[in-house]
Amino acid sequence: MKSNKDIAELLDEPACEHNKKEKSGCAKPKPGSTAGGCAFDGAQIALLPIADVAHLVHGSIACAGSSWDNRGTRSSGSQLYQIGMTTDLTEQDVIMGRSEKRLFHSIKQAIDSYNPPAVFVYNTCIPALIGDDINAICKSAEERYNVPVIPIDCAGFYGTKNLGNRIAGDAMVNHVIGTREPEPQPQHPNYKIHDVNLIGEYNIAGEFWQVLPLLDEMGLRVLCTLSGDARFHEVQTMHRAEVNMMVCSKAMVNVARKLQKEYGTPWFEGSFYGISDTSQALRDFAKNLNDADLVERTEKIITREEARIQAALEPWKARLKGKRVLLFTGGVKSWSVISALQDLGMVVVATGTKKSTEEDKARIRELMGEEAMMIEDGSPKALLKCVRDYNVDILIAGGRNMYTALKAKIPFLDINQEREFGYEGYQGMLELVRQLSLTTESPVWEAVRAPAPWKTAKEI
Amino acid sequence: MAEIIKRNKALSVNPLKASQPVGGTLATLGFDRAMPMLHGSQGCTAFAKVFFVRHFREPIPLQTTAMDQSSSVMGADENVIEGIRAIAEKSNPALIVVLTTGLAETQGADVHRNLKEFRETYPQFDHIAVVMVNTPDFTGCVETGYAATVYEIIKALLPNAAEAGTKPNKRPRQVNVLVSPMLTSGDLEALRGTIEQFNLRPVFVPDISDSLDGSLTEDDFSPVTIGGTPISELKTLGDATATLVIGASLQKSGELLHEKTGVPTYQFDHLYGLQANDDLILTLANISQQPVPERIERQRSQLQDAMLDTHFMLGQLRVAIAADPDQLNAFSHLLAGMGAEIVAAVTTAHTPVLANISVKQIKIGDLEDLELLAKEHKAQLLIGNSHAVASAERLGIPILRAGFPLYDLIGGYQKTWVGYRGSRQALFDLANLVINFAHEEIEVYHSIYSQKFDAAQHHACSPSCH
Repeated sequence: MKSNKDIAELLDEPACEHNKKEKSGCAKPKPGSTAGGCAFDGAQIALLPIADVAHLVHGSIACAGSSWDNRGTRSSGSQLYQIGMTTDLTEQDVIMGRSEKRLFHSIKQAIDSYNPPAVFVYNTCIPALIGDDINAICKSAEERYNVPVIPIDCAGFYGTKNLGNRIAGDAMVNHVIGTREPEPQPQHPNYKIHDVNLIGEYNIAGEFWQVLPLLDEMGLRVLCTLSGDARFHEVQTMHRAEVNMMVCSKAMVNVARKLQKEYGTPWFEGSFYGISDTSQALRDFAKNLNDADLVERTEKIITREEARIQAALEPWKARLKGKRVLLFTGGVKSWSVISALQDLGMVVVATGTKKSTEEDKARIRELMGEEAMMIEDGSPKALLKCVRDYNVDILIAGGRNMYTALKAKIPFLDINQEREFGYEGYQGMLELVRQLSLTTESPVWEAVRAPAPWKTAKEI
Repeated sequence: MAEIIKRNKALSVNPLKASQPVGGTLATLGFDRAMPMLHGSQGCTAFAKVFFVRHFREPIPLQTTAMDQSSSVMGADENVIEGIRAIAEKSNPALIVVLTTGLAETQGADVHRNLKEFRETYPQFDHIAVVMVNTPDFTGCVETGYAATVYEIIKALLPNAAEAGTKPNKRPRQVNVLVSPMLTSGDLEALRGTIEQFNLRPVFVPDISDSLDGSLTEDDFSPVTIGGTPISELKTLGDATATLVIGASLQKSGELLHEKTGVPTYQFDHLYGLQANDDLILTLANISQQPVPERIERQRSQLQDAMLDTHFMLGQLRVAIAADPDQLNAFSHLLAGMGAEIVAAVTTAHTPVLANISVKQIKIGDLEDLELLAKEHKAQLLIGNSHAVASAERLGIPILRAGFPLYDLIGGYQKTWVGYRGSRQALFDLANLVINFAHEEIEVYHSIYSQKFDAAQHHACSPSCH
C-alpha cells in the first residue's frame, strides 16, 4: 500500500496550476454526494490502450467485472488489451491471506496463455488494505518468468481518477521508459526526421489516425503515444524523443515533467480538437524542434489542410451557424473545444470550469469574452437550469450526462472517452459537424416535446 | 443432476460475473424514490453506475460513501452516517439502501451499528427508510447480491402480521410477486398483463418495469428513482391472497415473507417455456377461481405451434450458455424442452438451483472457460451477455444476447422472455440465428469424370456477373 507521503508526493505536481491554489482538483470526496471514478479507474484508463500488454487487475470482481471491455480506444494490431484479466479474489483468499499466491500464479497463467511482452498488475483496494506486497511479487515473477511485470499500485481509496492517471504515468517513468533503445532513425533524402512522443493521446475511436498521416508527412517519427495504440516496446523508448506533446489534458503531466527533468526533453501542451488548435499543435512541434526547414514545410501543410477542410465544412456552417451551445467537459479541454465550435460559427454561451485551472479560465475569457458564463456546479439540476436560462440548443458533455439531457429532451453530444466517434484533426471536424447537425436537426425533438393530442383536445 | 466444477485456475479471464453490490443496486432501483449507496471507494460506485447506464440507457441514481486512504485504514463509520445524512437532506428519498463492498467488509465495517447511530443522531430523518445489506464483492454475483437486498428490505420494512394487523386474503385480489433479476422490465409488463387477466392485482417486489422501463416523464430530472414499488405498498403485502416467487434465488425471501405474513407462497424457478407457464397459469386460475381466459389459451397454442416450427432447427442443437444461475436454469429448461443439447454451461456462483439443471457439467467460471468448453464440444450457438459477443466471434458461431450487461443491443433491457408469448419469441429468435448455418452442409463433390467444365471459370464469380 502506498503511504500517505507517497500520495502527497503524487498530488504535488509542480507542472499543474492547481498546485498553487488551495482548492485543488484533487479535493477530498464527500460521502453521499460524490461522482467520478477512483485511482484504479484512472490508472486503468490511462494504460489500457497499450495494446499488446496483459492488463491484470489484482482484486475482487467489482473492479474488473464492471469495467473491462469498456472503452472506445482502438489498436492497429494486437487486441490483447481487450481481454479482461483479474485475480477475482474470493473470501478465502482475503481471510487466509492467499491473495499474493493467487497473484503470482495468475501472472504465470497470463504469460503461459497469451505470451505478452509485459504484464501490468493493477493493485486495488482489498489487496492494498490487507498488505499484499505487489512490488515484491511482480519482481519475483519477472525474475522467474523472464517477462517484465510492472506493478501499478492504484488502490481506489488512494484518491480520484486524476490521481490514478498520475500513478499510471509514474509507473511508466519508473519501470518502463528508458529500458530499451529505439530502432535506428530512418533517413529521408530531402529533410531530417525527428523523434517525438504524444502523452495523453488515447486514440478514441481511432481518431489519432486522422492526425498521424500529417505527422508522417512532416517527418516526425512518433516513438510512442502514451497510450493510444501503443505497444510495450514503444513505451520503453520514450526517453529518446526530441520533444513531447501533452495532449489536451494535464492528467499525465508528471510524465512530461519527469522526462524533462531526467532526459531534458522539452514539452508543450496542445490539442487536436478544432482547426486552429490542430494547426497550432503542428506549428508547436516544428517550433520546438528548432528546424527552419520543418517550420516552412509545416506551414505549407497547414495552409493546404485548412483550405481543404474549410471548403468541406462550408455547406455545414450555414446549418450550424448561431446555434447555442452549453459545453460541460468538467475539465481542461474546455478552451480547446470552444475554439472548434467557434470555428463553425456556433455560440458557446457557457462552459464548465470545475476542473479548469486559472490559466484555462483566462484562455476561456479570451475566447468567449469577459461575460463568459462559467459553471462550477456540474450537477444535472444546475446544468438543466442553465440550458433553460440561456436558450441552449445543444448540450455537449461527457457520456455521464447523456441520459440527463435526453430525459429533459435536450439535444446532446458526447465528447468523452467512451464515445464512438473520432473528432481529432482537420478531418475530425467533419465528423463533429455531422454529429452536431444529426442531433440538433433531428425531427424527434418536436415529437417528444409536444403533448399528446388528447391533452390539448379541450381547446377544439 | 449436474456435476458442479469449481474454479480451478488462478486467473479469471474475460469475467462473466458482475459483483454483489451491482445486484443490490439493481434491486434497490426497483423501489420508488429510492437511492442506493455503495459503502466503498468512489470507484465502486462509478463502475456500477456506468454498468447500468450502458445497459438501461437511463440516468442511474447511485451514491458512494467515498472511502479514502484514512477512512479505509482508520474506520469509515463516519462516512456511512455522513453519506446517509447527505442523501436524506439533499434528495429526501423514501428509501436509502447501503450496500457494502469488499473493501468495507475487509476493513471490518459494521453497517448495522452505523444505522443505529444514525437514527440516534438524526431523528429528523426517521421517516426515511434505511436498509443495510452485506454484499461484499469477493463472494457471490449479481443474483446473490440482488437476493440479499430483497431479503433485507423485507426483513427491515415489512411488519409482522401480528404487529401490523394484516391478514392473508384481506385484499382478495392482491397477489405479491417477488421477481429475480433475470426478469426484464418487459418481462414484468407481460407478467402484469397475464395476472390482470385473472382479475388479480399484482404488486411486484421490486418493480423495475415502473422505474427502468425507459419512459419519459414530465419532470426534467430526479436525483432518486422515479417509479418502482412504493415503500408504503410493503405494508399491504400481508393482506394479499397469495405470493408468487419467480426465480429460485428469491426462495429465501419468499419464505421470510410467508413467515412474517402467513400469505401462501407459490415458488416458480423461472417462466421460460410451456411447462413453467402452464404451472403459473394453473396457479393463477386456482388463486382467482376463474377459468383461464381464452386469450391465454390462444397464446398457449401459438407457443405450441412455434415449438413445432422451430424444433427442426433447435432439436439436437449444441448450445453453450453463460448466465447467472437463475437464468441458466431457465434457458436449460426451455432448450431441453426443444430437444437441444447444452454442451457448455458456465455460471457465476454456486447456488442450490444448479442441482435442478439437467446438464452433465456446470462450470463456475468465466468466458474463457465458456469458450474452451464450447470449442471442445463444437457448440453451434451461444447464449450470453454483451461481453460474450467477442467469444462468439472467436468461435465463429451466432449469439443470442441475454443477461447483464447488454450494451450493444438497443432495447435489450425490455426484451420479453417470459410467458407463452415471450417464450414463443425466444424460440423464433433462437431458430432464426441458426436457420441458415447450424446444420452441417454436405460438401460439394466434383466427379472425376465430370463434363460440366464450369467449376474453374465460375468459381469466384458473384451472382451479378451472370
